[in-house]
Amino acid sequence: MAQAQGLGRRYIKAFFKGFFVAVPVTVTFLDRVACVARVEGASMQVFLEISFVYQEIKRCLFTDNSKPSLNPGGREASDVVLLNHWSIRNYDVQRGDIVSLVSPRNPEQKIIKRVIALEGDIIKTIGYKKKYVKVPHGHIWVEGDHHGHSFDSNAFGPVSLGLLHARATHILWPPQRWQKLQPMLPPERKPLHREQE
Amino acid sequence: MLRNALGKAFRFLGYTVQYGCIAHCAFEYLGGIVVCSGPSMEPTIQNSDIVFSESLSRHFYCIRKGDIVIVKSPNDPKSNICKRVIGLEGDKVCTSNPSDFLKSHSYVPKGHVWLEGDNLRNSTDSRCYGPVPYGLIRGRICLKIVFSTKMNGTIFV
Repeated sequence: MAQAQGLGRRYIKAFFKGFFVAVPVTVTFLDRVACVARVEGASMQVFLEISFVYQEIKRCLFTDNSKPSLNPGGREASDVVLLNHWSIRNYDVQRGDIVSLVSPRNPEQKIIKRVIALEGDIIKTIGYKKKYVKVPHGHIWVEGDHHGHSFDSNAFGPVSLGLLHARATHILWPPQRWQKLQPMLPPERKPLHREQE
Repeated sequence: MLRNALGKAFRFLGYTVQYGCIAHCAFEYLGGIVVCSGPSMEPTIQNSDIVFSESLSRHFYCIRKGDIVIVKSPNDPKSNICKRVIGLEGDKVCTSNPSDFLKSHSYVPKGHVWLEGDNLRNSTDSRCYGPVPYGLIRGRICLKIVFSTKMNGTIFV
């Protein structure tokens, strides 16, 4: 009887010890290094289709309305992408990167878009209140690839770099769409004037 | 001998990673101690005051009007600023300077907050760079730690 009790106590101790090691390390890894997510929506259709994996922990919803680079299958087949937090720890993004950011209109939601212009660039907008915009210091201009169906900087203007969440580096699922996402700026969206090279 | 040293090194590394992760979780989801610098929140918070900020309000989206918050600077994501929330989304705020004769008003857009320092004369805040997205808020200041000559330390709420 006493032996069974001793064993039970040992198991409980081992469980709690494991719990307090595993949970902080996992949470820190998912916050700071990389995580996986599912793309929903048609704005990045064709290129990205993302799936949620850690939905219980984060309640992170991606509605994505960029070009057909993500989610070509639409509702039936969502892409799963790998989101890399570590590569943007210094807010080091390039034009053409696909990034996820906190939506400026709804802080509970995350959106996934392509970076079109960095600070200091002058670009021509599509449907924004000003025809030409110089991106202010500390901000970026993001657009979805599917211009008609995209809630992006053409709707809410330049976004602050502080809202940047992660960079999408690979498509993980479905297996026939396994690929590394290269930064690719559509030629018709190049900035008119670049401040930094 | 070498195996012993390697074992010790790995154990040390393991403990460092574990405590680093616990510290990250604590700062990110609970709160932490912050040192404020600058005159923009006087007299509430003086230069070099030590305050405690909690992150729970931001994760549960219950930042209220009148809270003092720590926010990532909209123009420089690597630095933080400390201001008071004057308006939430949908509120009407006065956007002109106190010295202007004609006042102009605007509504805070959805998903944004309007921040102002308590020291209105010496504060660059939303009157300068406009409404700030809610997603930039890092935490809410709930306590200020004050040291007086009589007692070792007092905590003011």
